[in-house]
This record gives sequence, C-alpha cells and structure tokens, in this order.
Amino acid sequence: MISFGKPLKIALGLIVIAGLIIVPMNFNRYGLFILSQWAVMTIAAMGLNLTLGYAGQVSLAQGAFVGIGAYAAAVMTTHGWPLPAAIVVAIVLSFAVGWVLGYPALRVQHHYLAFVTLAFSTLAFLVFRNESWLTGGIYGISNIPRPHIFGFATNKPLPFYYVCLGSLAIVSLAVWWLIRSPWGRAFMALRENPLRAQSLGIDTRRYTLMAFAIGSALGGIAGGLYAPLTQYIDPVPFNLSLSLDLLMMVIVGGAGFYFGPFLGAMIAVLLPEWLRFTEGYYLMLYAVAVMLLLIWSPTGILGILDRYLAERRTKAASALRAVAKSRLETVQ
Amino acid sequence: MSNLFDLLVAGLATGAIYALVAVGFTLLWQTSQTINFAQGEFVMLPAFLMLAAMHAGAPFWLAIILGILLSMILLGLGFKLLLVDPMMRHGVLPLAIATMALAIGLKEAVKQFFSAEASPFPSIVPTGDISILGHAVSLQSIGVLVVAIVAVFGLTALLNRTSLGHQMQAAAQNPTVARIIGVPVERMILLTFLINAFLVALASLLITPIYLAKFSSGEVLGQAAFIAAIVGGFNQVRGAIAGGLLIGVLDNLAAAYVSTQYRAAVPMIFLIAVILFRPQGLLGRAEERTV
Repeated sequence: MISFGKPLKIALGLIVIAGLIIVPMNFNRYGLFILSQWAVMTIAAMGLNLTLGYAGQVSLAQGAFVGIGAYAAAVMTTHGWPLPAAIVVAIVLSFAVGWVLGYPALRVQHHYLAFVTLAFSTLAFLVFRNESWLTGGIYGISNIPRPHIFGFATNKPLPFYYVCLGSLAIVSLAVWWLIRSPWGRAFMALRENPLRAQSLGIDTRRYTLMAFAIGSALGGIAGGLYAPLTQYIDPVPFNLSLSLDLLMMVIVGGAGFYFGPFLGAMIAVLLPEWLRFTEGYYLMLYAVAVMLLLIWSPTGILGILDRYLAERRTKAASALRAVAKSRLETVQ
Repeated sequence: MSNLFDLLVAGLATGAIYALVAVGFTLLWQTSQTINFAQGEFVMLPAFLMLAAMHAGAPFWLAIILGILLSMILLGLGFKLLLVDPMMRHGVLPLAIATMALAIGLKEAVKQFFSAEASPFPSIVPTGDISILGHAVSLQSIGVLVVAIVAVFGLTALLNRTSLGHQMQAAAQNPTVARIIGVPVERMILLTFLINAFLVALASLLITPIYLAKFSSGEVLGQAAFIAAIVGGFNQVRGAIAGGLLIGVLDNLAAAYVSTQYRAAVPMIFLIAVILFRPQGLLGRAEERTV
C-alpha cells in the first residue's frame, strides 16, 4: 500500500514506538490519562475496523462491548481477582455476545444491521443502568484497583500508561497477523463480494459470525483496560454515543486500512484536547472538522494518502512506459 | 379502563409527533439514500430559532413563521447543498457518519450560543382539559393530534393527488427513467429536503411545550423516529405514520405496565423482532438486496 522503501518504513515505525515510550515520561497526570485513553480507544476501534473495515459488517454496538469488558473487569478486580484473569473473562464474554449479535447479520445487511446493533447497544446500556445488584446501577463501581504486572505496582499514571501501550502493541501484532492470515483474506472476500466468496467455498456464515465475535472481543479488551484506567465506571460512558464515536474513529481514520484506527482514535481523543483553548467551541470545531474531512475524502485520512500514492505510482509507471516507448522508437 | 384510555390518547399524541419526524426521515432515504442521524437534532433546533426570534422581540405567531422559514433554509437547503450533495455519490455510510458529526455540532452550537439549561416554550394550544365520553382529555393532546393529522393528510394528498407529488415519487423510485420522461429530479430531491425541514419544524413546535427546549432533547426523539420508520417500513410514507403511532402507544403502555426502568427496552426489542422477521417493515414492500 505504502511504497516507501522497506528499511525506511521500519525506521519510521521504530521512531514512532520509541517516541510513544520516551516522550510521555515527563507528561503530567492528565496528559498521560489522555494518551492511555488513546491506546484503549485504538484497541476498541481496531476491533470495529475488523468487523466493518475488513468484513464489511456495519456495527453500532462496539461501545456496548467496551462496556461489557469494563464491567467484567470492574466487578472481578474489586472482588480480588487479578486483572489478566478479568480480561480473559471480558474477552470470552464479549466474544460470545458478539457471536450471538452476528446472527442478525446473516439475515439482514447494511442499514438494517446498523439498526439491530443500535437497538442492542441501547439494551446493553439499560442492563448496565438497571441491574444494580451487579453493576451498581447509576452509582457505578468505584475504587477499581490497578494491577501488579510481574510484581510491579502500576498505580501511578506512567506505569499504567505502559500497561495500556503494551496491550495495544500485543493487540496490534495479533491483528496484523490475523488480516494477513487466510482468515483476514476471507473477511475481505466477504466484504468485496459475498456471493463469489461463497462460491469459492468460503463458509460465509461462519466468517460473518467470526468477524463480529473477534471485533467484539477486542472491544472487551479495551473495556477491561478502561475500568482500571478511570478507576470508576458508571453506565453513562457506554451509551450509544460511544458506539457512534468509535464508528466515527474508524471511518475518519480510514476503514479497512490497518493504521486507520490509530489515526481515527488520535483525532477523536486528542483533537478535542488540542482545541480546548477555544473553550466552549471545541466540540463544535471537531464536528465541523470531521464533516469537512469526510466531504474531502469519504475514505478517511488514509484514503487521501492512498490516493496520492496511487496517483504517483501511475505517473511513475506511465513515465517509464514513455521512456521505454521512445527507446523502442530510437532503436527502430 | 380510564387509565388505559388516557394512556392511549397520550400515546397517540406523542406517536403522531414521532410519525411527522419519521415521515421526513423516510422521504430523505427514498429520494437520496440519506440516513439522517441528526434528525432528532433537526427537531430540537427550530424551537430555539423560534425562541431566539421571540427574544429579539417578535410576537409568537411571527416567531413561528420565522422559525419554520429559517429551518427550511438551514435544515433543508443548507443541509442538502453543503453536506448531502458533495457526499451523496460516495455511498450511504460516509454520509451517515457525517450526519452524526452534524448532530454533535448542532447540539454544541445550541449549548454554546443559547443555553445549556432547559427553557420553557409556549404552547400553540391552550392548556386545560375537555371531556370526551366521560374522560378528561388534555387539550394539548387533542391539538397535537389534530395538527399532526392535518399535516400528514396534506402530505399524502400532495404525494398522491398532484402532478408535483407524482413527479416526486417518480424521482424517488427510478431517477433515471424519471429524468428521461422530463421530471426535474434535482428539484424534486430539493423539495423533499424542504418538506422534511418543514415537518421537523412542525414537530418541534408541537413537542417542545411538553418536554421543554433543551440542546440534548433530540437524542431520544431521533431514536424514536428511526424505530418508527423501520418498524413501519423504510420505503413507505404510510408505514412511517403507522410506525410512529405504534411506537408512541407502545412506549406509553410499556411505561405503565412493564416497568419504568425497562420502558425504553420494549420498542428496541420490538424493533429487533421486526427487522429479523419482517425486514421490509409492517407495511413496507420488500426492497431488493436488503436481505
């Protein structure tokens, strides 16, 4: 996709990773919180990018899975379980629920699917709010502990930021592997042409359910990190607008591009902070920026880059062809 | 029994408002494949335009006219020219996301330029009760129902009885053929956007006296309108009307008989059931490639 030289790409990646590790070291508490939030939201958006960007199944319920993961982690860690165990439970739970939510996708597509998942999202919110024996209702769950990783306490913001960053790295590698595996190719076949995929012997039924379940499981992981990050959860952050925000992140970054969710989450989490100097206007400016971007490039930020590179490649190719042609003519 | 009667009347009144919003929603979908996630905010905004006109010193009737005209310019013409036209050829999803951003922008603009608090809004119908069959029924419910019914009948008459309405339907059903037989398709699409803006302004005028004018009041309304549109049939005006009334009544009955905590769940479960078992909606025709 990106036609820089391979060593250049590796160097660029290393610089970004080093920057993410070193630069935040002298950030204040709030800056670290925002960066950790970026990492968590990127994980959730990557899950949605698998479901929507690669497999082409619209979901307006990713926020609900973040909620399921967050409540699983909050309930278990406040009862003395370690966070990794809680995250495993969060993954299993959201995978199972995501699998079930995939069944409507076998019957209906596009906007109908969007509305089924929207309804599910609202139902999940009602359960978070009303089942107060488990979730604490509107008062939520407070004093969620942060984990000890290999004996290190991560109570302070910087160590916990590294927990989030490390989890993001693991998830990124797993997704990188997944979309290059036969499964990833099957997902893309599902998006591009479900009929042809089926006639080539791909079990579209199973892969549709899988796309939902894996995407949802990543939402669960994000939730499992969100709970110890904020150390207090109530139902409000997991309402429909989180699902809509996550969808916006995926589309704005570039659906179906591997790095789309990273950029989309950066814009959704960091841009409002950068615009904070405008005081009450920052969300308004954010909304206008998103609309202008989508008018300019409906395929998101990476869509612009992709188009630019494709154009350059065509130009280079036609230049080569012209040279070859003129050479041929001079020989004759 | 009297309780049930009251619930039905109140449900029909809110349902009639949902129907107005849902009809506009389906019109936009039919003519330009726009899923307008800002439809609820479109209902929230006109009340504030009217309030602003009244703050500037206009009498109530003039404020209503100004509010409706301004909404048709902003939410009809402006929405189509600035957002829908540049994005329509890129497919359904990017445009839907852009309307989500628009919803955030409208909410924030009202919060910033007007007020974050709920403001009272005068009613066009006098308050008080009248007696029907021995039941006390609020004049407000009756007024809302009458205005909504007149609006809906006017719209159906326009669509089914006039040449203009036939041209609009042709433009929605098959733009290519409509263009060949000389229907000005672009103008017809613009007309549906103006009608939608008029309907949401009317809904705003009817619902705001009941729920107060608040920047966030569009969220619930928008969802109710989506559900009404889908339950009734995404591609049918009369489906949207039936869906609106049904959801209004269902919502009120659920609040009384199910539980106040899970009242919002009843329309959602109903929605999921309808989509799974009758995706074209209760009154809709099956569309190609929806299933």
